[in-house]
Amino acid sequence: MKKYVCTICNYVYDPAVGDPEGGVAAGTAFEDLPVDWVCPDCGVGKSEFEPAE
Amino acid sequence: MKECFKAVQMTDRVYWVGAIDWNIRDFHGYSTHRGTTYNAFLILADRVTLVDTVKRHFLDELMGRIASVIDPGRIDTIISNHSEMDHTGCLPEVIRRVNPSRVIVSAMGAKALRDHFDETMPLETVADGGRVDLGNLSLLMFETRMLHWPDSMVAYLEEEGLLFSQDAFGMHLASSQRFDDELDEPILYQEAAKYYANILLPYSQLVQKQLDRLGRLGFSTRLIAPDHGPVWRTNPGRVVQWYARWAEQKPTRKAVIAFDTMWGSTDLMARAISDGLHAGGIATKLMHLGGCHRSDVATELLEAGALLVGTPTLNVNMFPTVADLMVYLRGLKPKHLLAGAFGSYGWACRGVPQVLDILKEMNLEIVGEGPTVVYVPKPGDLARCFDYGLEVARQLEARLTRAAE
Repeated sequence: MKKYVCTICNYVYDPAVGDPEGGVAAGTAFEDLPVDWVCPDCGVGKSEFEPAE
Repeated sequence: MKECFKAVQMTDRVYWVGAIDWNIRDFHGYSTHRGTTYNAFLILADRVTLVDTVKRHFLDELMGRIASVIDPGRIDTIISNHSEMDHTGCLPEVIRRVNPSRVIVSAMGAKALRDHFDETMPLETVADGGRVDLGNLSLLMFETRMLHWPDSMVAYLEEEGLLFSQDAFGMHLASSQRFDDELDEPILYQEAAKYYANILLPYSQLVQKQLDRLGRLGFSTRLIAPDHGPVWRTNPGRVVQWYARWAEQKPTRKAVIAFDTMWGSTDLMARAISDGLHAGGIATKLMHLGGCHRSDVATELLEAGALLVGTPTLNVNMFPTVADLMVYLRGLKPKHLLAGAFGSYGWACRGVPQVLDILKEMNLEIVGEGPTVVYVPKPGDLARCFDYGLEVARQLEARLTRAAE
């Protein structure tokens, strides 16, 4: 599963870790995050993320 | 003391009650040559509302202006659109003095304010698109996350066609005039551009989305009231159009050459490159970093097409003022520039490659190998510099042609 990076604040979503504080379990692919999931650091939506290199 | 501060009426029911910071010249690393204002607004609705406050040591000015209109104790609602301390520095004390029935913030604003001041602050959150009822009037609230903080939000007073836009559409400009039509347009343009270039540029993709969203809502906005600088009441659409254009980050026929120099060599190279650019039809702006502030360089770049950075090598590093600029520009993430580096050195050329590394990290397209010179440029070296300027001009022209197709 691919990591995704926030183009606004550089937060990296790592599917292996998930987003426990945001209620996302480890092992959740970025594509499977809820549509209203937001960057845990800066709060922007999924559309501001792109695959990490 | 407080009798000397007066509010300024903006509409039938809205007053400016902010503060003027005439002599601030360094705003967290942004040079504010013309000072600034911290705008706060009082809405005389059934539920009297204060929109934002001011920087902490301007409390007397804020309270005085409010008191010139009403007893501050009558404030029922405080809206905090943005948690940064130039707008919230007074907030804890205003809450203490006024004891409002509610302090309304975005969800991210609640977190930010509690991280700034006090875990127990009595805050009420409003959802994106939510409405705040003021009795006879109401405010529509819109989150504008990362424009330019996570907590940022704007409020629209439908009955007056008035958008409280927080930092968006603002500028650092101290003046005794409160409205755009009382000030010279070139100065408004210059300072609004500087604000965009230094505060909003890295979030241009979000600016475009928010402008689209506000456009779709179809408001007939008569006034835009930002938290810094004048209130837009005469054709407020013009600043919206400026933002739409700046957010596009389109290259132009202009190159900014930012450099520093120790014994004049890099300076000489900069001037030769500039002449090459002129010969290729490109306007230039040479900025010696010993005298030009990083935030002024960023402003010049907003409507440019190329950035060339000149640095000597000092103790196997790029020159410190150049490092300052490069770190600053890396954060601002300009997307529209061709770029290059050049400079002189004594025995080891280390500065120019360091600049190039940062330019590449910024994903800017690099124009060939910029000229480097040992100690002092000779006529042949200056010819190479001139030719490099010509080459940058050629590539910029090609890019502009592609963009126009």
